[in-house]
Amino acid sequence: MEFLNDLQTYAFLQKAFVTSIMVGIICGVIGSFIILRGMALMGDAISHAVLPGVAISYMLGINYFYGAVFTGILTAFGIGAITQNSRIKSDSSIGLVFSAFFALGIILITRAGSATDLTQILFGNVLAVRTSDMWLTLAIGSIVILVVILFYKELLVSSFDETMAAAYGLKVRFIHYAIMFLLTLVTVASLQTVGVILVVSMLITPASTAYLLTNRLSVMVVLASFFGAFSAVIGLYFSFEYNMPSGPVIALATTALFLLAFLFSPKQGIIFRKIQAFNRKKLA
Amino acid sequence: MSDIISVKDVSVSYFGKQVLENVSFQFTSGHLIGILGPNGAGKSTLMKAMLGLIPKDKGSIEINSKPIKDFRKRIAYVPQRSNIDWNFPITVRDTVVIGTYPKLGLLRRPKKEDKDWAMQCLEQVGMQDFASRQIGELSGGQQQRVFLARALAQKADYFFLDEPFVGIDVSSEEVIIGILKKLQNEGKIVFVVHHDLTKVKNYFDELVLINKQLIDAGPVHKVFQAENMTRAYERPVLMLNDLEVQM
Repeated sequence: MEFLNDLQTYAFLQKAFVTSIMVGIICGVIGSFIILRGMALMGDAISHAVLPGVAISYMLGINYFYGAVFTGILTAFGIGAITQNSRIKSDSSIGLVFSAFFALGIILITRAGSATDLTQILFGNVLAVRTSDMWLTLAIGSIVILVVILFYKELLVSSFDETMAAAYGLKVRFIHYAIMFLLTLVTVASLQTVGVILVVSMLITPASTAYLLTNRLSVMVVLASFFGAFSAVIGLYFSFEYNMPSGPVIALATTALFLLAFLFSPKQGIIFRKIQAFNRKKLA
Repeated sequence: MSDIISVKDVSVSYFGKQVLENVSFQFTSGHLIGILGPNGAGKSTLMKAMLGLIPKDKGSIEINSKPIKDFRKRIAYVPQRSNIDWNFPITVRDTVVIGTYPKLGLLRRPKKEDKDWAMQCLEQVGMQDFASRQIGELSGGQQQRVFLARALAQKADYFFLDEPFVGIDVSSEEVIIGILKKLQNEGKIVFVVHHDLTKVKNYFDELVLINKQLIDAGPVHKVFQAENMTRAYERPVLMLNDLEVQM
């Protein structure tokens, strides 16, 4: 309750609150498509690979957004180029490219700024969200949500049956890179809240939780957004009340929700499955 | 008006390995065409090359002397069952509604009439009672019927099915072949990748027999001959005479 009072009192907390909710929503939305397309690792890769971009922006004195998007996209293309032009499998090329970018990023950041900046970027500090960060997140969020609403049909069919999508003339490779681009935007928007290392938990875990609870993609996207936003607010609360880094708290909150679904989901949860199996045995 | 699909001199290779070599044939409307050949003969590759899903080294595929690319929205493709993620969060009804997407184009959503049409297509394959199920909850034959319903929902003129009869029950197989024959009678062109030799004569009226190269193409009674089959399968096809008896 005290938290609610503080939320009304402090402007910085309001900014953090709005930003966390938006980050939770868009991570859930993009995360749903990422896990259904089997690209969970790609989410991890891009989130790590934005680090050198952030460092370079910092050195040049421009908004970190530009550099982060640049190296994020570069990574997506790099991974694609290695997979398509050699016998290296995609999981290996993902690991190969993102570790290189991440390593470069750490060196650049330690050269460019101080150790505190590095910690903030790596683990997130939702309380340090500036007004400009909030607007950036809201702008990115609106773009992501708009694109997904407008092209829901195309995203659905290309994720479900890419061959059919290609057969009727959709540019499936373009759609792939468009999703990579949105993923990069989402990652950049999440930097302040969860940090580079744990963005992947916001992308994959709420979407996976939702995946256990529904048989409809549209419902999955909405549930994933809700779980993401809820976890982000929990992260904010602990960060504010107990001075904990927001990223790890958010990551654990998403995991707790996942465990609940994993145990108790009516269709997929292991407890109900055991009960069903037991009842079937009794009948037989 | 009768359409002509012609495949001219098509060659395809994967990583420098030749998979199809100078394949040519042509068919007109109102035929149900089996694409036949041993494992690794390039049957699925041929179908994918025809649809422009994989790059060709050379050759062309034309409908009425125009590139097949111009006809994409009039083509329905049913992939091999093994290519689908059956855990995808989608219901049977929504899977069939996807069939209306090509004609809707960008930015337009399926409306009530599209959804009603999808239900009609589901009824044609006898799967309307399963509309709300998740697709993974169905048997193999039921899944194949749902995908055929999706193809029907496309209101296409050219149908391409990759191994639709693999691992499915007898009644589903009957439903599917019944619908394919109906399409044939309506003047559509239906290509089916197939590898079970036992029912070839009952199912198809035309055949493409390949093993990397074209062995023969044309009416079943002309192509489905001992000599051709031996050449395609690189061994005597012993069952052939027994099959004749069964027919």
